[in-house]
Amino acid sequence: MYSEKVMDHFNNPRNVGEIENPSGVGTVGNAKCGDIMRMYLDIDDNGVIKEAKFKTFGCGAAVATSSMATELVKGKTVREALEVTNKAVCEALDGLPPVKVHCSLLAEEAIHAALWDYAEKNHIVIEGLEKPVNDIEEKISEEENE
Amino acid sequence: MIYLDNAATTKVTEDVFEAMKPYFCENYANPSAVYSFAGKSMKAVDEARHEVASLIGAKDNEIYFTAGGSEADNWAIKAAAEANKDKGKHIITSTIEHHAVLHTCQYLEKQGFEVTYVGVDENGTIKLDELKAAIRPDTILITVMAANNEIGTIEPLKEIGAIAREHHILFHTDAVQAYGHIPLNVDELGIDMLSASGHKFHAPKGIGFLYIRNGVKIGSFVQGGAQERSRRAGTLNTSGIVGMGAAAKLAGEKLQENSKKEIALRDHLIERVLAEIPYSRLNGERVNRLPGNANFCFRFIEGESLLILLDQKGICASSGSACTSGSLDPSHVLLAIGLPHEIAHGSLRLTLSEDTTKEEIDFTVDELKKIVERLRSMSPLYEDFVKSGKQ
Repeated sequence: MYSEKVMDHFNNPRNVGEIENPSGVGTVGNAKCGDIMRMYLDIDDNGVIKEAKFKTFGCGAAVATSSMATELVKGKTVREALEVTNKAVCEALDGLPPVKVHCSLLAEEAIHAALWDYAEKNHIVIEGLEKPVNDIEEKISEEENE
Repeated sequence: MIYLDNAATTKVTEDVFEAMKPYFCENYANPSAVYSFAGKSMKAVDEARHEVASLIGAKDNEIYFTAGGSEADNWAIKAAAEANKDKGKHIITSTIEHHAVLHTCQYLEKQGFEVTYVGVDENGTIKLDELKAAIRPDTILITVMAANNEIGTIEPLKEIGAIAREHHILFHTDAVQAYGHIPLNVDELGIDMLSASGHKFHAPKGIGFLYIRNGVKIGSFVQGGAQERSRRAGTLNTSGIVGMGAAAKLAGEKLQENSKKEIALRDHLIERVLAEIPYSRLNGERVNRLPGNANFCFRFIEGESLLILLDQKGICASSGSACTSGSLDPSHVLLAIGLPHEIAHGSLRLTLSEDTTKEEIDFTVDELKKIVERLRSMSPLYEDFVKSGKQ
């Protein structure tokens, strides 16, 4: 059902854990649908993401997409991190089963939520960053309705 | 490999397989044919029918072979509704039925029937007072499962049967999980129709039956030839029927012995899990449950992750999490017993057979402890819980 890459990131998730006093932290998803992701970012004065950590409650795909998302944003600037989309996460994992694609959306949303927190703390505006929605399922159903 | 998913399907036992073998390459005749070559096949079918009937105290001519449990459920409910719609169009069932029953009832609702879904208590036992209150003059059918496939709770069939009798309402039970595992007698329990499936008790997949009490008004579901006394068309699945007969005979002979063994192991499993894994709970009735069924919830973790990690240790199990059901909602059974979504997502079902050993159970619990701990260490829900100081 899952690609080798997904299984690898599920079995050996990269960057699991917390960051004390993070530059930004965001939690998305809800327990009702069975997926919650929390992402912690450590961002230096030049706006470069030095460290990314995550904690996830969810299925194999949810853990793997969180792990891959942290890998993809590490070392990137805030602006570059915004370009880590759900599609990029999916592709980096060699694809996801159709019913699990929402997990990659959740990963993208977790990055945005952490960046939003960083922007608020530092009273800055990150161009192109929209206020993330807490409940990813609402966003998905909105998109489906469009 | 440790196979703990016997509620999903069971292994065909060697004896059953041996009994089936002559009906592929040797006695391959269509049992309905006239020539003597077919006689052996028909005799084997008749003997199997007798074994299958005996286990529930039914007459041989009240057993109708089907392709499995889902077909039997569909037949019983749809055809009984159709045949009795002049009397009324109201059906009563429970909220924790298998989808073969629930989706069939939902289909009938679209066809103009009304269905009342009676609730269950926190252990999954149907609320008999609600059931009684749901009865109307136009109620034609009560369909309640014998034992739940997920949480193992055995339903009060005798009481339901008596209520149905008193009101002259047909009583169907989906006994797919119960047949061959717990004692069932259609007369003592007041059952008019009963569905069962071979592969849940060591017969092959693709064979099952519907028991229909003589005199029950019901049409046929599969139209065609005159097989099964013109009630279920289709060439008889000789080898499957023979296999199911052999499995029914074995199940009957070993019912007490097997259930005693399974109950002891199951209780050992339940006791160890509840004692050694914090924030775990048992789902379903503690005592009045299927001998081989244990179903747990582990807070702060999700079921599919649990299954993948168990699989890596060679343990086959199942879960009622949304991810394993292909929808966003966790098991309707776990929600019906009142569990909140986030707890229902962390469920694990382990189902034993008579071949399960204590070593297998102990190994499973040892691994399970480590896996639950690992998943909690990466769970934001657990992090919040620990930080909130509620421990």
